[in-house]
Amino acid sequence: MAATTRRGLTPFYAVLGVIALAGVALLAYLAAGPGSAGGVPANVVVQPSDTAGFRGYVMGADTAPVEVVEYADYQCPACQGFATVQMPDIRRDLIATGRVRWRYRDFPLSQHRHARLAAHAAACADEQGKFWEMHDLIYAGQADWAFRGNAGGAFRDYARQLGLELGRYDGCMDSNRYAGRIQASFEEGQRIGVQSTPSFLIGGRIYAGALASDRVRQLVDSIASPGR
Amino acid sequence: MKYRMGVAVLSLLGILVSAYLYLYKIGAIGTLACGAGGCETVQSSPWSRFLGIEVALYGVVGYLGLLVVSLVGLQPRQEARRWPDDLVALMSGVGVGFSLYLTYLELFVIEAICRWCVVSAVLIGAIFVLALLARRHRHPGRVAREAVQEP
Repeated sequence: MAATTRRGLTPFYAVLGVIALAGVALLAYLAAGPGSAGGVPANVVVQPSDTAGFRGYVMGADTAPVEVVEYADYQCPACQGFATVQMPDIRRDLIATGRVRWRYRDFPLSQHRHARLAAHAAACADEQGKFWEMHDLIYAGQADWAFRGNAGGAFRDYARQLGLELGRYDGCMDSNRYAGRIQASFEEGQRIGVQSTPSFLIGGRIYAGALASDRVRQLVDSIASPGR
Repeated sequence: MKYRMGVAVLSLLGILVSAYLYLYKIGAIGTLACGAGGCETVQSSPWSRFLGIEVALYGVVGYLGLLVVSLVGLQPRQEARRWPDDLVALMSGVGVGFSLYLTYLELFVIEAICRWCVVSAVLIGAIFVLALLARRHRHPGRVAREAVQEP
């Protein structure tokens, strides 16, 4: 058997080098891509069916004297802080006691590339009666998914944790069926003057920025008992 | 020699496939080109990590090791040695076993098939076959017979 010389291997090394360069270039191109941001389109035309019978996700009694509408973005850090720090107190002291009805509306900002996907994941969880549970997990895990190229896997993990029927959840996510509803919510927020997240509509007035639970309580009290 | 060249090419392809899956797993790549989406299901499953490390990273390291061994085995001074083929057979044998375990998980536990994982399983299987062929080709009896036949 004739020994192979180093020079005899040169064409082989050249082929190997070409494959390596092409592969690395392809991976670099994919890594520089937009990620899964485009999963839920923003440029949808809102249809009447997108908003028919839907005015946000509601928590609390229909008979509560005060309604608070929150416009929020799952990828916004201030919304995350509000959802994880202030909201538990608000739920316990104001919503569970029947004093406030809370309405959550999506207001996904364009600079947050996973915000619409997160809103869509929550909408798909809502189909299986787990909106608020999904809402809480998405906010609690914001640091885990916000800077990923793809956030869909994280949301699916949450769906699994919540015991959702994954086939149904996947079908819902693949369909993008709530893209119009999310956009409708965003447009409605714009119409009433929401410019940043979180913003709250309380007693016909917009309050921008994360409110402390005490401040929400104070506003609710002032509306419920205007004479005080 | 051609077997070792084949192992080198397949190992390089294996590195690229594993790196693709690893980059997806750590979030550097947005979506996987995977048809029905089985890759995302598998990659987001708890079984995409083994002993706390991403399975795809084991692939990158394993294929890199196979590439290094095969390239060293191609050097003129190592050409007649058996150890590169033995080592490639051992490493790829472990890889085949691991791939079988992962394929079992995909089929019967996760119930989703990741096409790129299948590609990797085929690559490691082919490397194992090439290593066995190389060893057979260099079997002492055969080498001895060839030596006798040489003028």
